[in-house]
Amino acid sequence: MPDAPKLIVGLVLFAALVTLPFWFDAGKSAAAPALDLSTAQAQALKKSCVEPTPWMRANHPVLLNQWRNQAVRGGNRVYTATDGQQYPISLQNTCLKCHTGGPNGGQNGRQQQFCDTCHGYTAVQLDCWGCHVQSKEASR
Amino acid sequence: MATTRRNLLKLGGLAGLGLVLLPVGTLLAGEAAGATGASAKGDRKQWAMLIDLNKCQASAGCRDCIGACHAAHNVPDIGDPLADSKEEVKWIWTETFAETFGDQADEYMADELKQKLLPVMCNHCTHPACVRVCPTEATYKRPDGIVAMDYHRCIGCRYCMAACPHGARSFNFRDPRPSIREVNPAFPTRERGVVEKCNFCAERVDVGMLPACVTACKYGALAFGDLTDTNSAIRKALREGYALRRKPDSGTDPNVYYRV
Repeated sequence: MPDAPKLIVGLVLFAALVTLPFWFDAGKSAAAPALDLSTAQAQALKKSCVEPTPWMRANHPVLLNQWRNQAVRGGNRVYTATDGQQYPISLQNTCLKCHTGGPNGGQNGRQQQFCDTCHGYTAVQLDCWGCHVQSKEASR
Repeated sequence: MATTRRNLLKLGGLAGLGLVLLPVGTLLAGEAAGATGASAKGDRKQWAMLIDLNKCQASAGCRDCIGACHAAHNVPDIGDPLADSKEEVKWIWTETFAETFGDQADEYMADELKQKLLPVMCNHCTHPACVRVCPTEATYKRPDGIVAMDYHRCIGCRYCMAACPHGARSFNFRDPRPSIREVNPAFPTRERGVVEKCNFCAERVDVGMLPACVTACKYGALAFGDLTDTNSAIRKALREGYALRRKPDSGTDPNVYYRV
């Protein structure tokens, strides 16, 4: 194999090129998403969700699925939280009242905020905003 | 027991008797369960509406019910040039008496009645054809009789549109958002590619309110209530005189009544 040195150099170069993105970002991590809670609505509202924040962080997709099925298919539109408080089961009329900067936010030139900050970071695409809208005031 | 010829025949006879008794037994058991299940069925409702055409002013140009409904539910107004096109989206709309009750209109009927405009909508049938054909169960019959839609599940196959004998369904051929004049933030819009229709204001009925069209009618032409409750507004209204239903012979048992 008279061409072995050339082949090896070529292979090494090829491997280096293919893995370049990894070398480029080696040792660094992308900045964690920062939530903008400076909106007037977010400041005025209470600071906890329907359930404690750690639970909501872990289980909000499950809760949203349950809410959807209860409200749409079960016709039950009241949620009783573990602390006994009752909330209307509605994405638009309960969740989006506090979690601002949703559907219209993007149109107004503002980055979609609460949901999309983390969902964009983790590349989990939301298709909620195709139908669910937020009032203009809440998205400002 | 020794296996004699006689014992074997006895055993065969008993087995045959068992085969005969088994279906009878299950039938009786089923009927007994049905009898106790009747009380559970008593909780079932059937919301219904009566439209009094003697009071309705649709022919005089009143569109209050349509306006209130379409504003509350973010129904897009696709626009006049396309008003008759397949792209039109409607929950309540108007048709003439002759179009609505083709089987009732005859040659010599007064033109005034023939051309009378009346509001039409989803009939929330007791045996809805749309529910039977929906492959994803996006359209379903709620226990209170409302034929509801779960837009999360709709895949836009339009089987329901083909099945509905009343033409009550509209397909979103385009993104409806730009055609909604003022978005009501309390109610979702729809997306391109789903079918939509009147929901008998399920979101209002669930919290004890009357449908938006009933509240909006200043002539009191719309009565709404539970057919299974003898004291409900709808049953009272139905007792007061004769009422028609659209295409009752389609077998879907519609629940919107018209008083002529």
